[in-house]
Amino acid sequence: MAEPIVQFQSVTKRFGELVVLDALDLDVAPNEQLVIIGPSGSGKSTLLRLLMTLERPNDGYIKVAGDYLYHMPRNGGLVPADVRHIRKVRANIGMVFQQFNLFPHMTALRNVSEAPRLVLGLSKEEARARAVELLETVGLGDKLESYPAQLSGGQQQRVAIARALAMRPRILLFDEVTSALDPELVGEVLGVMKRLATEEDQTMLVVTHEMGFARDVADRVCFFDGGRIVEQGPPAQIFSEPREARTREFLRAVLEPGG
Amino acid sequence: MHFDWAFTLQILPLLARAALTTIEATVIGYAFALVAGLLLALLRRSRRRWISWPVGLFIEFIRSTPLLVQLYFLFFVFPDYGIVLSGMVAGVLGLGIHYSTYTSEVYRAGLESIPRGQWEAATALGFSPLRVYTNVIIPQAVPPVVPALGNYLVGMFKDSPLLSAIAVVELMQRAKIIGSETFRYLEPVTLVGLFFIGLSLIAAYLIRRAEWRLSLAYRITRQNPTK
Repeated sequence: MAEPIVQFQSVTKRFGELVVLDALDLDVAPNEQLVIIGPSGSGKSTLLRLLMTLERPNDGYIKVAGDYLYHMPRNGGLVPADVRHIRKVRANIGMVFQQFNLFPHMTALRNVSEAPRLVLGLSKEEARARAVELLETVGLGDKLESYPAQLSGGQQQRVAIARALAMRPRILLFDEVTSALDPELVGEVLGVMKRLATEEDQTMLVVTHEMGFARDVADRVCFFDGGRIVEQGPPAQIFSEPREARTREFLRAVLEPGG
Repeated sequence: MHFDWAFTLQILPLLARAALTTIEATVIGYAFALVAGLLLALLRRSRRRWISWPVGLFIEFIRSTPLLVQLYFLFFVFPDYGIVLSGMVAGVLGLGIHYSTYTSEVYRAGLESIPRGQWEAATALGFSPLRVYTNVIIPQAVPPVVPALGNYLVGMFKDSPLLSAIAVVELMQRAKIIGSETFRYLEPVTLVGLFFIGLSLIAAYLIRRAEWRLSLAYRITRQNPTK
């Protein structure tokens, strides 16, 4: 395995008494597509939110592209990182959310071009060109001037993916991005993600309940339960011959609803 | 006592000039209250207790004491400590500070209505905290509270006669001067009332226009999604 681009080293996250992540170790290789599955409350979304710095870990270390996310080296040791350090390391990461979280007061075009302009310092024209290109690749070249409220859920989520991509993140996080969509709109979003995985070989961590997507796209599937990785491996192995009883139980429940 | 129309016409220009002072004090005070109120609302939301706590105390203190008392402090007490303000400056400051504590509560309601996901999305995109506010949060938080902010403009016009207590020759003060010189109060005070009705109506109209213009952009963001 190449030098990991993301490393969790014994990371623990508690909400009060509840242990959401329990001394988690996890490596993600560059250009890997990692799919994380598991029952709700198993800590899988928390894992992404820690990486995006939307939550702080209670313990352990997270490394992103060679740098510690919450720590910085000083005098041969590690000290808690300051805001600038966190922002610098965080810039490697982009995220797409379950609820889209588009900016409702901006057109699709501005949703995508705003951050490149303000954060990366692109000129107005460069940012616009980048946004137009990305919106075209997600199939929304004709919706540039639409506001989020004028778009369907699937279209909004594709704008959100374009918005995250516009920052050219090395690592892209997908947090249950199809869970809020009407069933008939799920396919268009998964299609965009699949193309990212196969054509761009984008490094991605995907938390999802879409087992078909996991099977087709993942390099590796991690099954989470109770804040731990119960089992991980290539999708063929996880789905066809899961080793752990809990994995089998979970898969039976999601793959054969009612059965 | 009959209503003297000739006298009314005679004092009209004097009162019209005083009305300009009223408008000036109110408009400048209101502009101050709009800006300072937003600042207070943002400071009060600070996660640093040593900022949010004193600001909250300040807001509650100003809101719970009468404007007239505050004006007296600015105009009559401050000079004892070497701060000498003209009536007009003390008046504008007094109105502005007093009303900024009200507008800050209005802004606060607007800011609190913004879902958490907006902050998270902006953070994920690397916006600095300042940019999150200026480009994401404030543009969404302010348009819905414009009507509530507008009400305070009308309220402020109606509080402006208090400035007569600190020697600002605005409408009410001018009417009192005319009354004490001519012993006729009916006409000047009636005119003052009419001026205030006119000013309130104009203010209400301007607020409606501002609301309408903002809602053009705002309404489109609140449509139901076309499913």
